[in-house]
Amino acid sequence: MAQSMIPLTHFLVIGAILFSVSVAGIFLNRKNMLIILMCIELMLLAVNINFIAFSHFNQDMGGQVFVFFILTVAAAEAAIGLAILVVLFRNRGTINVQELDEMKG
Amino acid sequence: MMENIYLAIPLAPLIGAIIAGVFGGKIGRTAAHIATIAGVATACVLSFIVLKHIAFDGNTYNETVYTWAATEGIAFNVGFLIDNLTAMMMVVVTFVSLMVHIYTIGYMEHDEHNWPEESLVGRNSYQRFFSYISLFTFSMLMLVMSNNFMQLFFGWEAVGLVSYLLIGFWSTRDTAIFANMKAFLVNRVGDFGFLLGIAAVLMYFGSMDYAEVFAKAPEVVGKTINIYGAAEWSVITVACILLFVGAMGKSAQVPLHVWLPDSMEGPTPISALIHAATMVTAGIFMVARMSPLFELSTTALSFVLIIGSITAFFMGLIGIVQNDIKRVVAYSTLSQLGYMTVALGAGVYGAAVFHLMTHAFFKALLFLAAGSVIIAMHHEQDMRKMGGLKKYMPITYWTSLIGSLALIGFPGFSGFFSKDLIIEAVHESHVPGAHFAYWMVLLGVFVTAFYSFRMFFLVFHGKERMDDHTKHHLKESPWVVTVPLIALAIPAVISGYLLDPMVVGDFFKGAIKGVGEHESLVSEISHHYHGIFPFILHGLSATPFWLAMGGLGSAWFIYMRKPEIAEWFYNKFRWIHTLLDNKYFIDDFNQKIFAGGAVALGKGLWKYGDRMLIDTGLVNDSAGFIKKLAGWSRYLQTGYMYHYAFSMIIGVLALMGWIIYKAG
Repeated sequence: MAQSMIPLTHFLVIGAILFSVSVAGIFLNRKNMLIILMCIELMLLAVNINFIAFSHFNQDMGGQVFVFFILTVAAAEAAIGLAILVVLFRNRGTINVQELDEMKG
Repeated sequence: MMENIYLAIPLAPLIGAIIAGVFGGKIGRTAAHIATIAGVATACVLSFIVLKHIAFDGNTYNETVYTWAATEGIAFNVGFLIDNLTAMMMVVVTFVSLMVHIYTIGYMEHDEHNWPEESLVGRNSYQRFFSYISLFTFSMLMLVMSNNFMQLFFGWEAVGLVSYLLIGFWSTRDTAIFANMKAFLVNRVGDFGFLLGIAAVLMYFGSMDYAEVFAKAPEVVGKTINIYGAAEWSVITVACILLFVGAMGKSAQVPLHVWLPDSMEGPTPISALIHAATMVTAGIFMVARMSPLFELSTTALSFVLIIGSITAFFMGLIGIVQNDIKRVVAYSTLSQLGYMTVALGAGVYGAAVFHLMTHAFFKALLFLAAGSVIIAMHHEQDMRKMGGLKKYMPITYWTSLIGSLALIGFPGFSGFFSKDLIIEAVHESHVPGAHFAYWMVLLGVFVTAFYSFRMFFLVFHGKERMDDHTKHHLKESPWVVTVPLIALAIPAVISGYLLDPMVVGDFFKGAIKGVGEHESLVSEISHHYHGIFPFILHGLSATPFWLAMGGLGSAWFIYMRKPEIAEWFYNKFRWIHTLLDNKYFIDDFNQKIFAGGAVALGKGLWKYGDRMLIDTGLVNDSAGFIKKLAGWSRYLQTGYMYHYAFSMIIGVLALMGWIIYKAG
């Protein structure tokens, strides 16, 4: 097959890199809440790449159907997450992660 | 017909007690003492009828009248066993009680002076006192009329309770409270043994009923019980000794005698009724009642004999150094109870019960006479402040003389017959320890005579040592006091002449059992017996009589003629005086070791067990540990989102790693 020029491993590697970048983004980011949200989106995208790669190489369309679900959910989640963020900003006047420690024991 | 009489005898005093106790404040003094005296008088008259019916017409009665509770195999019954022993006890108890009731009218007349002003407990104390002594009569009658161990125990505890209430009657005095607590606690020790004894009987005989238990006794003879280690004990011996421990508490035998002298804190009428004439003899009565069991164990009899002889002699010695008139009589009671116990131990139960009866009369008489003196002396009890009362109080003087002569066993007076019989019986007895007991009771005769007449001479003869105010008011007590004295003086003289039918004859046949060796002992005494007057004549030439005369004479010589002898003796042998004055240090020992030990144990448990282990350790420390744990774990909650996310990722990784590891 012509598409088989690029092997599965590459897709998985890029998915893993994207995922690791997003995890590192969550940990290392101490400033902005928005970046955390973006990292979560990125994490989902990394998962999507894995899904599509496996779907293609296994010739199973179920994986691609799942990607649509995830995209939909991600869109909804982003909308809700941003809405919460707006409310949070209104109440606290900041979205600095370091200052959001209400739950501190 | 008779059954109704039997029921009426204990219930009449109970009704009197309830009327005087519950409604005393409403009905007033006169109605209260009329109600109780009527109750006891009814019981007394009916008791005489019962005595005639049982003893002269030759009936016995043994029936259950009411079943209180029944469990698997055991029934707790209320029942009466009326035989000669019971009938005699009923007459003695109700008669002495009636005399004491009448006497109390005079003695407690001015009782309000014995209470602090405006004292609430002091209100209606007169009625309350009558209620208590009637309640006591009821309890004692339940005890002696019982036909089973359960009711015996009920009566036993009930008289103990009334005794407690009466010793502490003047409850605003610290000494009275101390004395009644002491009496109660010491009696608990005895009752514990008694209860164990009843339990042993129930366990091995399977019944609480006297008749069934006695019938089954021969079967149990061979059985043994394992109490501690490998030693096997005869069941009968164990049961008898445990029952006797109960008797030691109630009848104040060494070493459980300590409560009786202190019980003199109570008003004098109850000293006469409870702590001399009737309640303290409950132990003697019980052992006599259990004679079919005690007969089967020589070990138990020997134990009884030794305890009794120690009490008879050593408690008498203490009487010599007492200065309180009531305490002298109290120690003489202890000593006389020792004589009865010795008779029980020697296996001559009839003689013990006979001495119980004569003693009840003359000791009640002596106590009431002492009370009469105390009234005249305005509640002064120290004999050193009396003297020469003879001319002021002739009736009290003569009745005391009769009581004292009866006590020392002067020939012709009741005490002579019963005491001589006991000494004679112990002399003939072959129970181990009888030789020791014989010397104890023989020397006891001298001691008894000595302290009795020391008291008699100090109170009624010699210089008048009271202050002028008291002397001015000295007069004979009113008739309510002197009539009981005279009424008790009569049986104190003549009851001894019942020796012929009661002990030598077969009065107690069937009620008291003497088998084997002791049967021959009684018959041997009977063999030497040739009628009452030869017995008296024989008594005049026997050792006990000369010992008694020696005691009387030396008391007269030392305290009337040459008081310097007592002084000299006191200085020369001060250690003896110290020993006796401190009652062999038994009180101090109990106070230090048992009372102190119990307090120390309680304090220790409170300090280390309760406060340290439970309060601090279990309760506070477990709460503190949780608090600390929570304190540490709250630092895990930083509140930073990236920390939570991080731990979540780490968790997911760990979980995944674990699953992969397991799968691989």
